[in-house]
Amino acid sequence: MQAAIIVFPGSNREQDVFDALTRASGKPPLKVWHRDSELPKADLLVIPGGFSYGDYLRCGAMAAHSPIMRAVKERAQRGTPVLGICNGFQILTEAGLLPGVLLANKTLKFHCKNVNLRVETSQSIFTCRYEAGQVIEAPVAHHDGNYFADPKTLDRLEDQGLVAFRYCTPEGAVTEEGNANGSARNIAGIFNESKTVLGLMPHPEDATDPLVGRTDGQALFAGLVGALS
Amino acid sequence: MSGSATTSNVSPEIVAQHGLTPDEFARAVRILGRTPNLTELGIFSAMWSEHCSYKSSRKWLRRLPTTGPRVICGPGENAGVVDIGDGQAAIFKIESHNHPSFIEPYQGAATGVGGILRDVFTMGARPIANLNALRFGSPDHPKTRRLVAGVVAGIGGYGNCVGVPTVGGECNFHPSYNGNILVNAMTVGIADARRIFYSAAAGPGNPVIYVGAKTGRDGIHGATMASAEFSEDADAKRPTVQVGDPFTEKLLIEACLELMAGDAIVAIQDMGAAGLTSSSVEMAGKGGLGIELDLDQVPVREERMTPYEIMLSESQERMLMILKPGSEDAARRIFEKWELDFAVIGRVTETGRLVLRMHGEVAADMPVGPLVTEAPLYDRPWAETPTRAELRPEDVPAVDTITALKKLVACPDLASKRWIWEQYDHLVMGHTVQRPGGDAAVVRLPGKRKALALVTDCTPRYCVADPGRGGAQAVAETWRNLTAVGATPIAITDNMNFGNPERPEIMSQFAGCIEGMREACLALDYPVVSGNVSLYNETNGKGILPTPVIGGVGLIDDAAISVTLAFKRPGDAILLVGETRGHLGSSLYLREIAGREDGAPPPVDLAAERRNGDAVRAEILAGRVSACHDVSDGGLLVALAEMAMAGGIGASVVAPAGAPAHAFWFGEDQGRYVLTTSDPETVTARLGAAGVPVRRLGTTAGDSLTVEGADAISTAELRRINEAWLPAYMAAP
Repeated sequence: MQAAIIVFPGSNREQDVFDALTRASGKPPLKVWHRDSELPKADLLVIPGGFSYGDYLRCGAMAAHSPIMRAVKERAQRGTPVLGICNGFQILTEAGLLPGVLLANKTLKFHCKNVNLRVETSQSIFTCRYEAGQVIEAPVAHHDGNYFADPKTLDRLEDQGLVAFRYCTPEGAVTEEGNANGSARNIAGIFNESKTVLGLMPHPEDATDPLVGRTDGQALFAGLVGALS
Repeated sequence: MSGSATTSNVSPEIVAQHGLTPDEFARAVRILGRTPNLTELGIFSAMWSEHCSYKSSRKWLRRLPTTGPRVICGPGENAGVVDIGDGQAAIFKIESHNHPSFIEPYQGAATGVGGILRDVFTMGARPIANLNALRFGSPDHPKTRRLVAGVVAGIGGYGNCVGVPTVGGECNFHPSYNGNILVNAMTVGIADARRIFYSAAAGPGNPVIYVGAKTGRDGIHGATMASAEFSEDADAKRPTVQVGDPFTEKLLIEACLELMAGDAIVAIQDMGAAGLTSSSVEMAGKGGLGIELDLDQVPVREERMTPYEIMLSESQERMLMILKPGSEDAARRIFEKWELDFAVIGRVTETGRLVLRMHGEVAADMPVGPLVTEAPLYDRPWAETPTRAELRPEDVPAVDTITALKKLVACPDLASKRWIWEQYDHLVMGHTVQRPGGDAAVVRLPGKRKALALVTDCTPRYCVADPGRGGAQAVAETWRNLTAVGATPIAITDNMNFGNPERPEIMSQFAGCIEGMREACLALDYPVVSGNVSLYNETNGKGILPTPVIGGVGLIDDAAISVTLAFKRPGDAILLVGETRGHLGSSLYLREIAGREDGAPPPVDLAAERRNGDAVRAEILAGRVSACHDVSDGGLLVALAEMAMAGGIGASVVAPAGAPAHAFWFGEDQGRYVLTTSDPETVTARLGAAGVPVRRLGTTAGDSLTVEGADAISTAELRRINEAWLPAYMAAP
């Protein structure tokens, strides 16, 4: 599997996901600078975490209108899988590749901590190595991760099985107590309609190294390598 | 405000406003051979401020040991550099941003982080970790809550955006900081040991390049502000606080490191305090050369800026470089890629003079050498700090052990600081092996098995009681913290935060702390490689507790061998390493339980410190230790409670027969560790053979901490009260 990571000025977790993908696939991803208007041939496009363009406007709003995002949209529409993590998720919603928006956390503070996530479906290239209902642990590190969409959109996401992960308690209960940031219906990550685009706030790439913590994120990358190689 | 260099209309009032004494002004006139104009006066004022010239502290700083087999570069450059093997160097420094953070907590703290990051990547290092040391006033002081909120948000706002993990720190509260909080920020970076970049100018004719953000009117005279006491009107100084832009800093890091991969750079220096003035003067001074600057070429973001303003602006995210001739275009392309300003603003000369031109006029013309070498140096008077009485256990009231423990783990200084460090991205880069909340952070080096252990620490209540002991203790405690995770301590950076040095009692605190630090550094082979002095931390004549914050760096060959403080499993033997005499003077128990802050602090036996630590580290590296924690604030039972809370596993422990319980459990004797092991016979024998006192305290078990002869408390209850204080305090209106 050949992945390509889109690097914006202000991206800061591109190396984390680079390392995670390299560990999973044995093949170093390509890095694509935001000013390039053409994408290399790639089986997977990754938009990493960070503060693209400083995020001084709405998070991800500037990046969504950069030249490279036009190319990403085209590829996505033709079916190339896209993974957006944290700021990448924010950019995907701003670019219209995923519905909804990420608001400020309900505490109005940045939070960096491990959270529990319930895997909602194993029926995707991203989650195929997990069991539906499985509870995993991964870090979050964001100020604006509070997923919001109108009730109709939320209903549609749920009806079509497009919710990928929800915040939960260690026991897997999807409750207010287990909701890390106030997200609507505890949503931590969603797919597009074809399930080829995944956006999520938590950092599976920072849960792939036993020395640094849990390794629950490994299955996401292993699943992608299996599906796309 | 400009004018040609030879005309001057500076009045004594203007001189006084610039913080120069009449003697200092006379010295400036003598050096120049005429009266300085306003721009030149501003430059003298900035360069001779306490902040830039260390005029009160230099004499004492020279006492600190700064060399050692691993030291590549000691104090005097932007940061210290140590050899960590495999052709790699660790580059690190700590720096204060106390005054700005009190006036404008978010921006003050944020730009403190930005400034120390620049000091480190200026030398060619990629920053891999940030730490901090914070001191706030009494929790019930009306300003404290807002200051905590602003400082924490500012550190997070900057560090999170630049993508450098904030992995550790400390935070204390004391009324002496009511009018002068302390915000000390530390950055650690990694570089190729053969490619360290220094600041000495070289090569007359070489171009002088300005890169980064544009220059505005923010922060003019920050260095002078940082060198004066506050009065009640501190808030009126807000316009001198700089505004940070972490996004630009992130671009600047990447652009500089990209340029540093080639060989275009002759010298480089960040524009920190006193901005373009200190960077150009220091670069020229270190090279024994001159610099000519054409200020019309400086990228500015405000109109009609004068030479005075351009030279003294402390706008953030700017660097000054000297390039090899002919490399400008390649360098410019890198900075344009990162959308940063790049301007050739002058050249290196052989004249030894700083010459500034603007609008076709000479705005300043002054000799560089004397600006640096003839900066005032004061041998300020000092008087010995009065010795405090040693307290015996019977001098201190004893209360129920578990009651005291509950009170201590909930007190502001010992309460969990999770509310703070969860607002910092401590995981970005993916190498954080030990997260905040332990003895030291452990950060693995990219692509390696080895890791750095990092810590900041100081116990100001000891320093005020006995500066010598306090200074030694601060150094020793960081050494112990690093040892407790299995690392070999390498070197320190220091941040000397004190009151007004013109008062003899403050000067004696400074001198005493330095002497204690010196002894500890020598005894532990733990040199000082960089540092910062922040004086005049006083409001209305009342100084802070002397606070020499130590930032320690250690090395561990294999990150996987490092141990945490958490109890790992039931049934492990709990051993206490080091001698316990029950020292309660200046302890947290005395302050929090008895409401007293008297008594001599615990003595620091540096030989024992080293012997105990070396023996403990050997056991950790041999794989026989499952958990390890140093015994410090709050004493032994607090250390045990912290280990139990971290692991969610309890313990059953017993004090020796006849020992006064309060002194045994809460005394703050130094040089001690608690460790757990499944092989107590071997560990005890080996420690004993090394001459290290070791005592079996009990066994890990169940989910409560049980003290024989006293009561028990569950780890869940301990956690609840330990975690409750800070969030509740911050949530209150």
